[in-house]
Amino acid sequence: MGKDIREDIAWAQINKDVLKSLENPKKLYWVILLIAIAMVGVAVGCEIYQYQTGMGVSNKSNSHVWSLYIATFIFWIGMSHSGTLLSAILHLMHADWRKPIYRFAEAMTTFSLMTAGLFVLVHLGRLWMVYYVMPYPNERWVWPNFQSPLVWDMFAIATYLSSSVIFLYVGMIPDLAICRDNIHAGWRKKLYTVLSLGWEGTDRQWRNFRITYLTIACFLIPLAVSVHSIVASDFAMSNMPGWHVTSFPPYFVAGALYSGCAAIITLFVILRYVFKFEEYMTLPIMRKLVRLTFAIAMVWTYLNLIEFSSVWYGHDQTAKDQLIFKATGPYAPYFWAMIFFGSILPLLLAFKRFQTHLPLLFVVSIFLNVGMWLERWMIIGPSFAHGHYPWTWDHDQWPSLVQWGIVFGSFGWFTLLFMVFCKVFPSVSMYEVKEMVYHRTLALKNKPAVKGEH
Amino acid sequence: MSQRHLLALFNDFDEAVAAISELRAANIKGFDFDDLILKSPIEHPEVETVLGDRPIKVQWFTLAGACMGGLLAFTLVASAQANFFSQIKAGKPIVPLPPDFVLTYEMFILGGVFITILGFLICAGLPAKRSPLYSAKVSEDQIGILVKGDEAAVTAFKAIFTKHKALEIQEEAGK
Repeated sequence: MGKDIREDIAWAQINKDVLKSLENPKKLYWVILLIAIAMVGVAVGCEIYQYQTGMGVSNKSNSHVWSLYIATFIFWIGMSHSGTLLSAILHLMHADWRKPIYRFAEAMTTFSLMTAGLFVLVHLGRLWMVYYVMPYPNERWVWPNFQSPLVWDMFAIATYLSSSVIFLYVGMIPDLAICRDNIHAGWRKKLYTVLSLGWEGTDRQWRNFRITYLTIACFLIPLAVSVHSIVASDFAMSNMPGWHVTSFPPYFVAGALYSGCAAIITLFVILRYVFKFEEYMTLPIMRKLVRLTFAIAMVWTYLNLIEFSSVWYGHDQTAKDQLIFKATGPYAPYFWAMIFFGSILPLLLAFKRFQTHLPLLFVVSIFLNVGMWLERWMIIGPSFAHGHYPWTWDHDQWPSLVQWGIVFGSFGWFTLLFMVFCKVFPSVSMYEVKEMVYHRTLALKNKPAVKGEH
Repeated sequence: MSQRHLLALFNDFDEAVAAISELRAANIKGFDFDDLILKSPIEHPEVETVLGDRPIKVQWFTLAGACMGGLLAFTLVASAQANFFSQIKAGKPIVPLPPDFVLTYEMFILGGVFITILGFLICAGLPAKRSPLYSAKVSEDQIGILVKGDEAAVTAFKAIFTKHKALEIQEEAGK
């Protein structure tokens, strides 16, 4: 395998290359931005229509109370996992190949969570009553039920969002100082001056920075696992057939990591091309990322098998009927598509020749995420369609175009936020790439002493 | 005697470390080694061996923040649950510990993260005004050594910096 990064890149060149991404992206950047805005327009139109007409236009029913909105909410929560979690884990493990790619992965986390949060509001319907969901004792005597996983969910997601934003921001302070020193005038200069907090790279600042970053990374790992375990508890703690499964929390965490890794691959390919980051987002790094994704895909497949077999041999006839309904009923094409995209397609990633084939990886990573989105829909849709009581069965429900429009637009919203971030803030960590180059140069100088270290 | 500030810029980290070692060993009159500040584009933990033991206290903020967050969460949740006029418990525990652990845990982390940041800002002296002796080269690829000393010490500083191939020496009268 080649080198993750060249040791002879000049540090000044690293600054120049990354700062260039804040100024002159390829035309494709603007095309992506315009498409994203158009997609957001579709969602906003659908939401206004739903807001003015009522929730009936979403085609939800008494049986299908959650439908696409909550399925997509879970999808975006899941997507948020890999960025911060992988960044934190790889940081603790001193895996320095994370350094050129962790910044945009962390940004992905933040924007996924912000997109997920919107679905809670959309799902409520009556937006003017949104403060009803806030868990605080109030004069209406609607007291929060602190034993409910839904309340835990709100706390967990709010904690994860604020901690992820802090993790992203703290890690960016030295780079913001670089931007401040190199961008000459205008609102950006003012923005970087304020956000860099007067950072000068003194030994005192670095010493405290190191321990702070490490500490937050240590907090984020259990936090990220707890967030998706709690989201899983929304399902697993209820008595619905198909949900009442012990392995749901690890299954959700694995699914979240899986969709996040696939999204990192997609964004890696886009940023590498649009911002000309070939020197930093290198093929050996992509190979490591792909191998990680493959491993997580196999864990997800294993947990799926665990779930199916425990239901099959579990003597719970309703749950077994639910599984058979998923595999043979009206949802069967989507169920089998989920299995194909989630478990069969990633087998391609095991082949060395495909691990650095960027066009193929771009397409495959998108399909992996289609599989992951289907997974969330297959958790929600069939369980509501075929519950405990036959009089609640509604096999023919299909989400309306309003729902599909809002789901479609959420991808535009995420893309819009992400692409604007990459244009305003450095999406490759300059100081960490310099550290990577520095330590590799040192290792080369002292090769006999450090032999076998990597 | 008035104080003067000097910032020397180096291309090579080893030369900068050698200059610091020499400054420490030289015992220059009117110069306190603890006032020396190293500015660099990346973190150099190895420089700590030369600079000496400078304590880090962020972790104490973390401990305090995490404990306060957890305690606050449990107190708020438990006191809300204890108001059983508005929550019918039907024989279940008024303050159930296992489900309350979840929110305590989340707030333990939130408190830890927030107060760690506060600790970082306090301990790192941020936000700060940029010092007059600063070069943008320090955020690019050069190492800066900032020293403060009496006017009499300036000649000795310059001699050491020049000996170790400083690229540039900036000088300013101190406050």
